[in-house]
Amino acid sequence: MRKNLNVIAAYTIMMGLIILVGIFQSWNIALSIFNLCLISAVMTIGANIQWGYAGLINFGIMGYTALGGLAAVLISVDPVQEAWSAGGSNILLSLLLIIGMVLAVRYVLKKYEKSKVRTYIIATIIIAGIIIIRFVSEPGIEAIEEVDPAKTGFLGGFGLPIIFSWIVGALFAGGLAFVIGKVALGLRADYLAIATLLISEIVIAIIKHEDWLTRGVKNVIGLKRPAPYEVNLQQTDWFINLVEKFNSSKLNLIRDLTERQSALNQFVIEGSSIFVKLCYSGLFLIVVIILLILTQKALYSPWGRMMRAIRDNEEAANAMGKNVVKQHLLIFVLGSAIVGIAGAMLVTQDGLFTPGSYRPMRYTFLIWVMVIVGGSGNNFGAILGGFVVWFLWIESAPIGLYLVNLTTAGLADTHFLKVHLIESVPYFRFLMMGIGLLLIMRYRPKGILPEKIEIK
Amino acid sequence: MDYINAIVLLLNYIFVPALAYGSQLALGAIFVTLIYGILRFANFATGDMMSFGTMVTILFTWYFQSLGISLGILPTALIAIPFAIIFMVGYMLLIDKFVFKYYRISKSPPVQLAMVSIGVMFVTQAVVRIIIGPSDRRFFDGEKFLIKAGEFKEMTGLNEGLAIKSTQVITIIVTLILVSALFWFLNKTKTGKSMRAYSDNEDLALLSGIDPKKIVMITWIIAGVLATIGGALYGLDKSFKPFTYFNNMLPIFAAAIVGGIGNPFGAFLGGYVIAFSEILLTYAYKKFFMYLLPESLEPNTLVQLLSTDYKFAVSFSILVIVLLYRPSGIFKGKIL
Repeated sequence: MRKNLNVIAAYTIMMGLIILVGIFQSWNIALSIFNLCLISAVMTIGANIQWGYAGLINFGIMGYTALGGLAAVLISVDPVQEAWSAGGSNILLSLLLIIGMVLAVRYVLKKYEKSKVRTYIIATIIIAGIIIIRFVSEPGIEAIEEVDPAKTGFLGGFGLPIIFSWIVGALFAGGLAFVIGKVALGLRADYLAIATLLISEIVIAIIKHEDWLTRGVKNVIGLKRPAPYEVNLQQTDWFINLVEKFNSSKLNLIRDLTERQSALNQFVIEGSSIFVKLCYSGLFLIVVIILLILTQKALYSPWGRMMRAIRDNEEAANAMGKNVVKQHLLIFVLGSAIVGIAGAMLVTQDGLFTPGSYRPMRYTFLIWVMVIVGGSGNNFGAILGGFVVWFLWIESAPIGLYLVNLTTAGLADTHFLKVHLIESVPYFRFLMMGIGLLLIMRYRPKGILPEKIEIK
Repeated sequence: MDYINAIVLLLNYIFVPALAYGSQLALGAIFVTLIYGILRFANFATGDMMSFGTMVTILFTWYFQSLGISLGILPTALIAIPFAIIFMVGYMLLIDKFVFKYYRISKSPPVQLAMVSIGVMFVTQAVVRIIIGPSDRRFFDGEKFLIKAGEFKEMTGLNEGLAIKSTQVITIIVTLILVSALFWFLNKTKTGKSMRAYSDNEDLALLSGIDPKKIVMITWIIAGVLATIGGALYGLDKSFKPFTYFNNMLPIFAAAIVGGIGNPFGAFLGGYVIAFSEILLTYAYKKFFMYLLPESLEPNTLVQLLSTDYKFAVSFSILVIVLLYRPSGIFKGKIL
């Protein structure tokens, strides 16, 4: 108990801050911050097992997040029958061709020794394959994109409950990570960082521009929800009764019946959105707790000790007979799969998929700030980082506004400097993140809750 | 005649724009490579440092414009650049003193320095956005075209026009002057040679009495010059928007690695490799073939290898291929 005192203290302060937001701003804001904190926490768990456990730099978090989001779309949206009949066969044929191409390359890789000839053969297979696939898929893609482009214009998905996409998102992201890991994990740390960053940009480019699959920048809106809709809730009797019970003391103060009814309606509308958010919080909390238990178990298992050994001294671990390459690949896939879950959760919560919104600042670098600020190698630290950094990311605008008003109190309201500064308040969040990261890296390089290794 | 038309077409849509874009990338890539070779870390703040330099250039340009100073047909920004460089070098040295120096002295691993540069990236981005805002800014003035497409058609009687923007010419000339000066400095002067020695083998260089403080300072000064000029040229040619500059970091990294990181000459050529392959692979060759082939063979599609949406993806794919097959880059990196 005594040992974990700082962990408990840190989390208590964090929850206290969110509750303060609930009291002073509104419970709606507090809960949406809390939900996104939970999603960020899932992402940081993923990034942390790669960086904290194994010392692998993965700057491709954005790509896995987007793939998770794509999974949410592909699982939950109803299939567009017309599009399938218009171009489905072409797409399926090209899919088969891609599989054939991969198998051919694998066959060549196995059959021939490493040589120039082999490289040329592989290059020929890939180039010829791409040209054939383009010929096959182009008419199909055009036909699909012409089917009611304002509403659909894509193949749609499988029409399953969106919760399943959390697992599928993990599989998608893990699959991508497997491919990337196979080709890039041999690189040195900083090369790996750059390579993963660029590969994630390629993934985003594909998601943005392959309209037949993702609707691209036209976005997919109105995804199914695992939680009830506010409008339906507002007409359900048990919910209205519940709200009435909760607010009975306030409602009793109002004498007039019509006024009381309108006040109740107001409470019901407010309460419904809070209730929906609470449903999400519950779902997300379950995911975070399951992941936390699993990662904690892994960290203190023989496997976790092996990972730390590999991280701290690759050569020595290798000499002890540990397969470094295989373990690196494994942890790369695991971490990315967790980030994929977070991507699917994010889209589930928003109810919409906007490929244009995936930017490296928000989805890669911010997550890294979270891991480093929180404490890499320590799961509680990484999760706390997710909470603290996301909280600051949202609340830095009000804080910035307050600071600007304080420092320019002597100036008139119309003074150009004051107006300009107030307009640029949204960018104070970058400043805060940067300064926070620099200060933590300088004075507390292991993060708020540093890694603790107990040797028994 | 058709052959000449086809060639002019390629010159107009591929060669000239790629040469200008390549020069802008090349300056950034040399910046990345110098930092990597001498200070030994991947600088993720590259794009934002360039945007900072450009912002200062724009502010000076506005100031000069308000005073009524101009260069006639040349853009006013050319007078602003030297002032911006002074400012920018100051900013670089300040960052080094307060941020990077500590990690250099405590011999932190390169990964930690790269993380620190992410912190610098956040701060620089915030400063730029707070001062000048996130929107698109154009600060070009003076004569826009050296040759207009219409004039060219009249002059030569060809069907295809060749338009050359003055910013493209300025970019190429300034880049050539700057890069030659830099190579002369690195190869012929004593300081330049000691920089190369330091990059090649730090301990040996220190033993032979090279002052590391001086080397580091000069590296940041050169970096400031490159960042400001590269950024300002890009902004003159296209437009200034902080977000685009941040994104440009990616092709710049690609150029530096393709050319062999740590090798300035490789980075210089890498810039052009990336620019040309981006434009060559995403250009629609339909018109080109229409000039060359007889009517019966004319293509009915656009003859475009990749849609222009994948412009960035091309350079990244090249980078990934290079990393896999030749991690030291085309021109063997790590020898400055």
